[in-house]
Amino acid sequence: MLNKKDLLGIKELSVEEIDLILDTAAGFKDVLRRDIKKVPTLRGKTAVNLFFEPSTRTRTSFELAAKRLSTDVINFSVPTSSVVKGESLIDTALTVQALGADFIIIRHSSSGVPHLLAKKLRASVINAGDGTNEHPTQALLDAFTIREKKRKIEGLDIAIVGDIIHSRVAKSNIYSLTKLRARVRLIGPPTLIPKEMEGIGVGVFHNMEDGLKNVDVVMMLRIQMERQGRGFFPSTEEYFKNWGLTPERLSLAKDDVIVMHPGPMNRGVEIASEIADGPKSVILEQVTNGLAVRMAVMYLLAGVKR
Amino acid sequence: MPKELFDRKGIDRALTRMAHEIIEKNKGTERLCLIGIQRGGVHLAKRLASKIGEIEKKDIPVGLLDIAFYRDDLNIRKEQTVVRRTEVPFEVTDLKIVLVDDVLFTGRSIRAAMDALMDLGRPAAIQLAVLIDRGHRELPIKADYVGKNIPTSLTENIEVQLEEEGLGDRVILESPSNPPLLPPQAKGD
Repeated sequence: MLNKKDLLGIKELSVEEIDLILDTAAGFKDVLRRDIKKVPTLRGKTAVNLFFEPSTRTRTSFELAAKRLSTDVINFSVPTSSVVKGESLIDTALTVQALGADFIIIRHSSSGVPHLLAKKLRASVINAGDGTNEHPTQALLDAFTIREKKRKIEGLDIAIVGDIIHSRVAKSNIYSLTKLRARVRLIGPPTLIPKEMEGIGVGVFHNMEDGLKNVDVVMMLRIQMERQGRGFFPSTEEYFKNWGLTPERLSLAKDDVIVMHPGPMNRGVEIASEIADGPKSVILEQVTNGLAVRMAVMYLLAGVKR
Repeated sequence: MPKELFDRKGIDRALTRMAHEIIEKNKGTERLCLIGIQRGGVHLAKRLASKIGEIEKKDIPVGLLDIAFYRDDLNIRKEQTVVRRTEVPFEVTDLKIVLVDDVLFTGRSIRAAMDALMDLGRPAAIQLAVLIDRGHRELPIKADYVGKNIPTSLTENIEVQLEEEGLGDRVILESPSNPPLLPPQAKGD
């Protein structure tokens, strides 16, 4: 069972807990296939989306997941809130809790903010991305998608490609996929892969052709355009030339390879359009699975006695 | 001391009788389907369907229903209910559904199961078949087909063991040797 009030990161989860979340998500995916896509499970609960960073997909996914569970949702977006008047983070969170929030779903540009709030709050804190630390629900939905497509995760060769150093998605995925005993390799320019990665049991490649050979899964990362021009890579054209996922490069992987991307995609920068829209892409299924996984997380956290 | 209430033969006879009763009450098997409640009801639903199928020479659709999302005790249980699959590979609208469970106790599972079914469509009718009715209803729910009525005290526990789970077929009544002053949290149902 999941004996935790909060979901802060994959780092804090055991293999059994990850498996429980994925198994539970399978039950919720059944619900999403029906005409009536709503269950009364968490009726009367309240979730607050507290997003200090822009996000449309993750916020919408959490919002819909909560609604499918019959939980009320409030979106507390920062530009319209008292935060701009100088209210502190903890005061904001305590205010939201006093409104009756059972779940506080938080995204913040600083690593560790969810952990800080979890200590101060009675409500369940769900990390929806903190700085360059973690984005646990993304890694869970990725694991769910791989398990659904490949029937297992253990023993698969999985390449994570792109801007590893700035990516909380990559970090959460490295934690989860190594815990689930996949063989993980990172591909990208040396400027975008942290040096310490070589010591944690993952392979590092600085060349797409070598890195993609015989992999079962390719996980592309979004090139964070806002970081362009800071010397991490010369130009988007050159990035695509060296690190973009093209049909020729993908043909080096296994025949039944699947291609994933957490979105939003930069077509023609990290991924060619014909791959993003092609038969090996599971990118839109990831979005659907994200709903099921977030429902499972809320369901499991709600069952924990305080 | 555990006491055996039903052995393999007893269970089989009861299911055979229930199969006949289901056919009789529904005047055949037209638009009839069986849905077993996870987990105990699932194997019984399959057995009943095969018995009915043998008697009437027809295939009876069988579904599995998980009721975790519809329970009314999520806030008071000590741990989360395990979520299992719901597989109802047919449209339930306008069908006569026989819900199947192993033990009927408080009736709360059946309430949850009926809500779950209503979210899948609009059945023509819902009937209830249970192997054991142990009493102590907390809701106005009554079974249409019962394998055996077994009056119990709240401190006792009924366990239905089935071949499909690798345990062999039997129903056991467990009574605590030192009955606690307060009834323990209801198990099953």
